[in-house]
Amino acid sequence: MCRLAALTSAKYFSPIENVIALETMKEGHDGSGMGLILKDLGGDFKDLKNYPILSGICSKNGLSALDSYMDKLGFRLKHEWSPKIKPVKGIERRDYYFSRAYDYPDEYKGRSLSEREGLLLNTRVALRKMGGADESIIVFAFYPDIIALKEVGDPMQLGEFFGLDNSSLKAKIIFAQGRQNTNYAIDLYACHPFFIQGYGTMTNGENTAFIPIKEFLQGRGMPGYIGYNSDSEVFAHILHYSCRHLGYPLTYYKDIITPLKAEEIATRKDSEVARLLKMSLRPLCIDGPNCVIGFTPDGTTFMVQDAKKLRPGIVGGIKGKFGLMSEECGLDSAISKRDRSLDVFPMKYDMVIIEPDAKGVKVWNQLQGWTTIIS
Amino acid sequence: MEPASRLDNNHKLTLKDFPYVVRWRDDRCTRCGRCTAVCPMLSIEPSVVVKRSVHSDGPIPNPKSARQTVTVIKQSTDVDRYCTGCATCSLVCPNEAIEPEFNPQHKFAFHKNRGGHPYRRGGRRNDPLVSTLDRLKFTRISMLTDPALDAGRHEFRIRTYLGRILPPEQLPIKMVNGNLRLDKKTDTFIPPVREIYPIMIGSMSIGALSPNMWEGLAMGITYLNEVEGMPVVMCSGEGGMPARLLRSRFLKYFIPQIASGYFGWDEIVRALPHMIEDPCAIEIKYGQGAKPGDGGLLMAHKVLKLISEIRGVPMGVDLPSPPTHQTKYSIEEAVAKMIQSMSMAWGFRVPVYPKISATQTSKAVLNNLVRNPFAAALSLDGEDGGTGAAYDVSMNSMGHPIASNLRECYLDLVKQGKQNEIPLIASGGVGKKGNLAANAAALFMLGASAVSIGKYIMQAAAECLGDEQNRCNVCNLGRCPRGITTQDPKLYRRLDPDKVAERVVEVFKSIDIELKKILAPMGRSTELPIGMSDGLSADDPAIAERLKINYAC
Repeated sequence: MCRLAALTSAKYFSPIENVIALETMKEGHDGSGMGLILKDLGGDFKDLKNYPILSGICSKNGLSALDSYMDKLGFRLKHEWSPKIKPVKGIERRDYYFSRAYDYPDEYKGRSLSEREGLLLNTRVALRKMGGADESIIVFAFYPDIIALKEVGDPMQLGEFFGLDNSSLKAKIIFAQGRQNTNYAIDLYACHPFFIQGYGTMTNGENTAFIPIKEFLQGRGMPGYIGYNSDSEVFAHILHYSCRHLGYPLTYYKDIITPLKAEEIATRKDSEVARLLKMSLRPLCIDGPNCVIGFTPDGTTFMVQDAKKLRPGIVGGIKGKFGLMSEECGLDSAISKRDRSLDVFPMKYDMVIIEPDAKGVKVWNQLQGWTTIIS
Repeated sequence: MEPASRLDNNHKLTLKDFPYVVRWRDDRCTRCGRCTAVCPMLSIEPSVVVKRSVHSDGPIPNPKSARQTVTVIKQSTDVDRYCTGCATCSLVCPNEAIEPEFNPQHKFAFHKNRGGHPYRRGGRRNDPLVSTLDRLKFTRISMLTDPALDAGRHEFRIRTYLGRILPPEQLPIKMVNGNLRLDKKTDTFIPPVREIYPIMIGSMSIGALSPNMWEGLAMGITYLNEVEGMPVVMCSGEGGMPARLLRSRFLKYFIPQIASGYFGWDEIVRALPHMIEDPCAIEIKYGQGAKPGDGGLLMAHKVLKLISEIRGVPMGVDLPSPPTHQTKYSIEEAVAKMIQSMSMAWGFRVPVYPKISATQTSKAVLNNLVRNPFAAALSLDGEDGGTGAAYDVSMNSMGHPIASNLRECYLDLVKQGKQNEIPLIASGGVGKKGNLAANAAALFMLGASAVSIGKYIMQAAAECLGDEQNRCNVCNLGRCPRGITTQDPKLYRRLDPDKVAERVVEVFKSIDIELKKILAPMGRSTELPIGMSDGLSADDPAIAERLKINYAC
């Protein structure tokens, strides 16, 4: 099963912490990839918070096509970061890994955030389509204050490959996944975490409802709902769909992907709404053993899982730094000095939510409501 | 020389021309007469023949012939009294002295059409072949990332929705203190929706069914709902429902049907003010899969006192339902107006949906419904469906198989992003070969929200004798040897409604376990796998391509 290591902190830290946590959790995995997403960036990008960052991989030809396309749109390069690649046996090096901060085209400077977000999404989709056939352009994210890095291979080796131990790359929220591919062909786009317009998720488990969810999302007419190289990519899109498109509070994500029984809904204060949501969003019920870890644009992180998940994930830490991991040993590695009695293993009805800047941990229970664990 | 009149038998058929030849064994028969008494077609009768026997007494052969008059069982060669092969005679024979034997060389189809009336028969097609549904297998088994579920121990919710579902974008919801609340100030119509068991009992009317059979089904589903907690529902078929049932709390388990004959609707409308429960839904019948584009007919001999009372018609007259709703100008108008007026009659609290025969035009009907805010579902009835009476030619040659029709309709909804808004109910040959759970699960994965069964439940609950090679199949003549589709008390008294109810319960409980045995390995326990087409494979590349599923061999 995939390894998941998410850390959220009040201070900037290096993604190598996540990679080490992944390594601790390693247990017979095939290392079919690692994905990293960094949010709320420090280091070189600390002063570039308002500029969108394009993260991806290009071939030489792809790069020139990308440059000319970005120029044509009016994006101007502000800053560029590329990992200092150290050759590692078994990892096939591609031409060009990059995260580039751009300045918006002039005509977008005075425009609203949502208009800008639309432009970024459409640009990302267009670039992906441009370089999709020959894999000359691979784009993971194009959004302010977000960097995504993905490659096929074992996470620890990839950490070395990307030189993350000596890198200036730092952030306050970092998600990392060591992918164990089980369902579909190994594909870089299938590597978690997935990101769309400020929302990101990663997951481990098997999403048996993948096709109905995919078909439902694709039918919503949103330009960003494409791809689906992994059965888990839909989790990020459901989050985006429920929180951003429908405008629901985060806790309803839990109600959508793991709906209650009719008699359980009847006990809720918002039973009328919960009942309607369950019906209208029926195809989005994941109905599979999945642990989902995600973040929202304001820096809230969360963990949620299906009732069928045999081994729950774990959330714990100290005020100012919390980890959301798939295994306890990963959390031990990342935040060893913590009160273990406060660790949360979210169960059937729970959604663990960590406030931005790692201020506190709360648990939302579908039947009981809120409980504060650490504040 | 023999006179021509004695040699000329051209107007008669020999037994070899009939689909079944009765094998009667003289040596075993005790002449008890049970077989002839029980034969619903009067195909066999006691008869007397004169036999010449030769015997010899004494030590030296000395043959003597003697003429003897003996009683025998004789099969009729009268076309109207043909043996249907129901084998009721074998059932009652104490000495295994009689049984009908199928005659594959029969020429019955050439001779049955008499008096200008084409052959018409009851509920089964002459199609013993394996249906598409039986060629589908479930090939996506959860094994690696997480283990499959335990069908015996895991908690399952095998339920579906009947009713139009608003898309999330249209829900009248507002945010209050960080929580969602229903916005009651908007005038958004929230259509009624029922949570039901995804296998429904389809429309079979009182009239087509005997009172005992209908009562047995009704008792069975009531028990399932109230004791077993399985919300199985049942459609009344055309012709109304018993007045007492309309006024009872059990009405919520029933779906009254209105069809083009409008039989029984006066009684239903009159009962409206006295109803203490809403019916589960209302079904408007436009077509049936076994005879698409053809009307219904309850023959005069079935319209006895009870039927005439329930249907509000005189006794002993033919009750034809034309193929169209002739009170309406066009099909679009019929669908829209009837759905709306039926919805209005129950204060928009009851889902109203049409049933059509699956045809090439199903998608056109569906697209009309998608744009009708009051349409609650679409029921598609495939060609393998049964009927009380259909012309042979309709049964054999008309109609569309359900699998591809449903799939096309579902994918059409997917294309519009409306697959969750209008539930599709699939029927027509579900469980034809006995694989009800597998067929139903396959249809869910092809896109059905629910399936409807008719023939299957009759076969299973009342031990119907018919088969797909035209055995028995006299549902239309009121001579059902089991007492399922007859109004003749002598015949329907053979059927114990309590036993039927018991079997209905047993069937649904078994099907529930079988469904779990299919869904659990596929990792589904909470929601029905509607549209989970990656779970299915066909053993034929052409079928796989047509249904847009995997091919496995």
